[in-house]
Amino acid sequence: MSVINYKSNQIFPPPPPSGDPTYQYILLKHRVVPGLRKLAVYQKEGGYEGLKKALNDYQPGQVIDLVKQSGLRGRGGAGFPAGTKWSFIPKVGGAKYVCCNADESEPGTFSNHELIENNPHQLIEGILITCYAIGSELGFIYIRGEFARGARVLEEAVKEARAAGLVGKNILGTGFNCEVIVHRGAGAYICGEESALLESLEGKRGFPRLRPPFPAIAGLYARPTVINNSETLCNVPHILRHGPEWYANYGTEKTKGFRLYCLSGHVERPGNYELPCGTTFRKLIYDLAGGVWKGRKLKALIPGGSSTPFLAATDEVLDTPMDFEGIAARGSMQGSAGVIVFDDQTCIVGAVLRLVEFYKDESCGKCTPCREGTQWLVQILHRLEHGEGRPGDLELLLNVGSNIAGKSFCLLGDSAPVPIESALKLFREEFEYHIHQGRCMVGPGANRPVTIGAAH
Amino acid sequence: MVEESNLKLTGESRQKIVALKQLYPSPRSAVLPALHVVQEQFGYVPVPPMAEVADILEILHGEVEQVATFYRMYHQQPVGKFVVKVCDSISCYLRGSDELLAQGQQKLGVKCGGTTPDGQITLDKIECLAACGNAPCIQVNDEFIYDVTPAQFDAVLDELKRAKKNPYFVP
Ligand SMILES: Cc1cc2nc3c(=O)[nH]c(=O)nc-3n(C[C@H](O)[C@H](O)[C@H](O)COP(=O)(O)O)c2cc1C
Repeated sequence: MSVINYKSNQIFPPPPPSGDPTYQYILLKHRVVPGLRKLAVYQKEGGYEGLKKALNDYQPGQVIDLVKQSGLRGRGGAGFPAGTKWSFIPKVGGAKYVCCNADESEPGTFSNHELIENNPHQLIEGILITCYAIGSELGFIYIRGEFARGARVLEEAVKEARAAGLVGKNILGTGFNCEVIVHRGAGAYICGEESALLESLEGKRGFPRLRPPFPAIAGLYARPTVINNSETLCNVPHILRHGPEWYANYGTEKTKGFRLYCLSGHVERPGNYELPCGTTFRKLIYDLAGGVWKGRKLKALIPGGSSTPFLAATDEVLDTPMDFEGIAARGSMQGSAGVIVFDDQTCIVGAVLRLVEFYKDESCGKCTPCREGTQWLVQILHRLEHGEGRPGDLELLLNVGSNIAGKSFCLLGDSAPVPIESALKLFREEFEYHIHQGRCMVGPGANRPVTIGAAH
Repeated sequence: MVEESNLKLTGESRQKIVALKQLYPSPRSAVLPALHVVQEQFGYVPVPPMAEVADILEILHGEVEQVATFYRMYHQQPVGKFVVKVCDSISCYLRGSDELLAQGQQKLGVKCGGTTPDGQITLDKIECLAACGNAPCIQVNDEFIYDVTPAQFDAVLDELKRAKKNPYFVP
């Protein structure tokens, strides 16, 4: 039979041309250190030094202060300062928990996946330090069910760490006790939403909770709980080891450090790129990733996962620093840093339909506006895409969208109209073309014969 | 074929579930991982073993069934020996996932969600698998294959037609 080389291991984009001092592997060190998954190699590279420092040199409250000083902000989407979040945990006795959010399911986002499969100890160390900081003795890693291999890698790493006295009782002889449980989900985007994650971890359907109370007060099993994204927690060991000043050296005024930009879509070299926060889109897409594929032109991009608005392919956008404030100033969001690139052959109606279908499929069904509204949106977009759009459909889309946003327990429903609204602002004529001509204005669908039944 | 009403957890599965129960501060938290154990044994989540899970965890049968029907990874019905899942979310869509899906349907002669008559392969689509940098990507049961070209997809399906165990397992 044919000799086909399947890629069951992820192939990473090549390192950029050398001589660029802003580009180095910190969280992604596994790309240059073979075998980093193993404890011995991880320790040889300075692994668990951060934990040692935390336990030996600092009181828990001081660890929180260090993380505050570093300026580390959450990588899951909202960018909330991690140290501040930890400081909300009441200083009371009894059980407290740390939950690592490794549900990573937002289209365009794939940093946690690489970090977990290749450098599990970095995450485990981050969780242990976080547990110490808030006075918890039990951390959970809620990993999406589809990451079966990631879960195996993590479990193996926890076992290794336990055997080395890094997890369990009396860690490093300091009297600190801490367990880590790897918990596999079973396929549901909604469980990335933190309160749904807690429900799921309690063995229930992943329905979001009404807040308040917030998880810091009443989270898992109604106890104080910190929930952080995997990438957020992976930063923590480095902050402890090298100090908050070192960390705050990277990045911009309000978004410190470096992060994994997940680049996908129509680019030459997609993949995770670890860059200082505030690097421009231009540098990421053109200097590092080789530009738009097939020599085509950029049409638009989504800067922070499928829940964030489209941005146009202008010079102004390309020169925008990718941090929370920079992208907000252009009318979109940093979100999960999932940068999705669309070339000039993309029919925007088809792309928007695909984006919105995700939210329809993933609506948990608890709140009516989200459950029904996302179905309507898909129905309307579907008929537009297939040449059966009606006059007034664009207004109807906006109207249905505005009746979902802000009317449900969580933000899933709010995300569904986002691609529609932003695409209509930028490419309204393509939607109208679909209504009037019954086919795409650009791309392969533009050559389709006009569909019978297209409105006039 | 064993009647579904006679399906029982093996001793090994029961042991795993008991261990899970003891792992968590609250036994109910073990429901999701316990259902993974059930599915590992049967290939789907039949009702009688779910009742066993509920009894082991000392919760209501309905509390287990509620969970089993909410999460998409639990199959309610038997599926093929290999479930081929093509990610069709935006980043894979932009790099040809719909074409892969069409190719698979044609080659196997099944619709999306369908199983070949010999029970060997189920073809389905799936939401974003968080491998957008290696799009299009697919899963064969729980294992990933990245950057799938049409020629590779063809070869994967050929291989699965004959395979006894998952050739794409990476420890
Ligand atoms: C529908 C929905 C899905 C989400 N999915 C994820 C996810 O997969 N991973 C994640 O870290 N955060 C996700 N979030 C954000 C979490 O609710 C939460 O803000 C985050 O985990 C906090 O971690 P951080 O402060 O480290 O960013 C999601 C939010 C919503 C509304």
